[in-house]
Amino acid sequence: MIYQSIKMAWKSIISNKMRSFLTMLGIIIGVVSLVVLVSIVNGATGSITDTISSLGKDMLTVTISDDKNNPLKLSEVADYMDNEDISLTAPLSQTSSTAKKDYTSDSATIYGTTNPYMSIMDLEIESGRFLLNADVQNYSYVCVVNQDTIEYLNTSLGDTIKLDGLPFTIIGILAEDDEDESSSSMFSMFSSDSDDVDMQIYIPYTTMTKLNGNSRDVTTFYATASDESSLDSAELTLTNLMMSRFNQDDDAFTINNQSEIGDTMSSVTDTLSLMLGAIAGISLVVGGIGIMNIMTVSVTERTKEIGIRKAIGANFWSIMSQFLIEAMMISLIGGLLGVFLSWAILKVASIFVTSMTFTLSANVSILAVGFCVLIGIIFGIYPAQKAGRKPPIEALRFS
Amino acid sequence: MIIFKNISKVYQMGDQEVHALDNINIHIKKGEFVSIIGPSGSGKSTLMNIIGCLDTASDGQYLLDNLSIDSYKEKDLAKIRNRKIGFIFQNFNLIQKMSVYENVELPLIYQGVKSSERKKRVEQAIERVNLSYRMNHKPVELSGGQQQRVSIARAIVTNPSILLADEPTGALDSKTSSEIIDIFKELNSQGNTVVLITHDNKVALQAKRRICILDGKVDDTIADDKVGDVV
Repeated sequence: MIYQSIKMAWKSIISNKMRSFLTMLGIIIGVVSLVVLVSIVNGATGSITDTISSLGKDMLTVTISDDKNNPLKLSEVADYMDNEDISLTAPLSQTSSTAKKDYTSDSATIYGTTNPYMSIMDLEIESGRFLLNADVQNYSYVCVVNQDTIEYLNTSLGDTIKLDGLPFTIIGILAEDDEDESSSSMFSMFSSDSDDVDMQIYIPYTTMTKLNGNSRDVTTFYATASDESSLDSAELTLTNLMMSRFNQDDDAFTINNQSEIGDTMSSVTDTLSLMLGAIAGISLVVGGIGIMNIMTVSVTERTKEIGIRKAIGANFWSIMSQFLIEAMMISLIGGLLGVFLSWAILKVASIFVTSMTFTLSANVSILAVGFCVLIGIIFGIYPAQKAGRKPPIEALRFS
Repeated sequence: MIIFKNISKVYQMGDQEVHALDNINIHIKKGEFVSIIGPSGSGKSTLMNIIGCLDTASDGQYLLDNLSIDSYKEKDLAKIRNRKIGFIFQNFNLIQKMSVYENVELPLIYQGVKSSERKKRVEQAIERVNLSYRMNHKPVELSGGQQQRVSIARAIVTNPSILLADEPTGALDSKTSSEIIDIFKELNSQGNTVVLITHDNKVALQAKRRICILDGKVDDTIADDKVGDVV
């Protein structure tokens, strides 16, 4: 019986091709907007997550806002590495100053830090070496620079450059960061100053105090867990250390968990996809109302046929299932066409926008098609019931 | 077979009650060929609807094959229409977008007959009305007489207890009409019960027995040769 209903519904759909297509159009547009929007958000999420993870994975950032007149010292930060939950710690202080070589100069970002920073941030050295403990202890005038600095100042390993007038010897050159490259092109979509030179120069934390006013206090430092999976316990340990260090005042410092930033980011993009999905869902509902409209007209148009079918033995269920299956089939076919069209659109979009990857999400597609069938049922049930309930004599008299 | 005991049907038209049928008593035996005749407005259509289980009586008892129909719900009435009654309508009532074969097949689909069995029975029924060569045509491609033969095939395909024909020749010319009547006679001679509703005396006289309906009542005072004067 169900098979027969499907056959009858199919016949009715193809005998009214134009009308069926127009009815499906609402559903097709709804599905395309749902699938394409969510896939684009997913693609953007991928890019953003890559950018975030390029900032360093699985690390904690501690920022001290109120030092209670007892600032954290460099040696204390190094001592935290003795804790079994914590692997590495490195302070960071950042300033901007003028980098100069011969007659070329421009503003550069100067980072003052210690040796473990390289491992924490996954920095790679192309030639030379990174800062060592000895450099920090001796207040050495040495620096590690990135590729931009080398190119812009036209310098090389072993040369001396001037930072705010003080001479620093280049002891290491950082490798070009691939991730950085892709993320900057990702952001280049939004900003036009991508041609700017980004000079980054790392110097010993102690030497940094010469540049920014003689303060050796640590206000920011990074830490990694001894085991990647135990970042949360490292965070707890660090929180306890900081609490006891700063008179149990949890407003004195903040600890940012890098993986939490990722989590926050993904919850933001999840909310974004949900919101866009909901908006697209509304167009699907509108498509569903289109189906209801056409099915109601179709039931009236086919009153005579319903009467004939009832006279020769069709009951409420057989008439209702015929119309309900027809509504479901229209929405299902519309849904499948919509998914196919979305796939095509995303393929074309990938050709034009290379910085993001657009892939048709199987989950969203299945969800969209499932939602279509549901819409078919919800909006098909009223006209189908109306058809099933028609009294046979009145339906037969209809002309 | 068909027994009407004091059947009445009252319609509510605004404030007024209309007695379409008033205390009707009818008895039709298995294998009979009966015509029900009456002028328009006499209540014969109402009578047909009740016999055909398309409608139920307001009062009285209707026994079809010893089943008391008046207590049945729509769902059971659909089943009875499907298995015990074969309808033939004045305007054929074929589904236009279906072929001859599919139209005849439809009652068997609702009965849940298997497809191999269905094919056999549908072909047999179409063969009996001599339309095998038109099996895959749409009704619109057939003449009126042919369409009526299709609807007869659709009626007999389920082997119903009664063939109920409502003005089956009303839309046909006289030559085609007599062909259709001949098919009914032949079906009756093969043992089928035929109830034919008409206002045409010539058609009515073809049946073995006539029941005359006047103002919602059975009028058995009118002799056969006078029926024509009434309608």
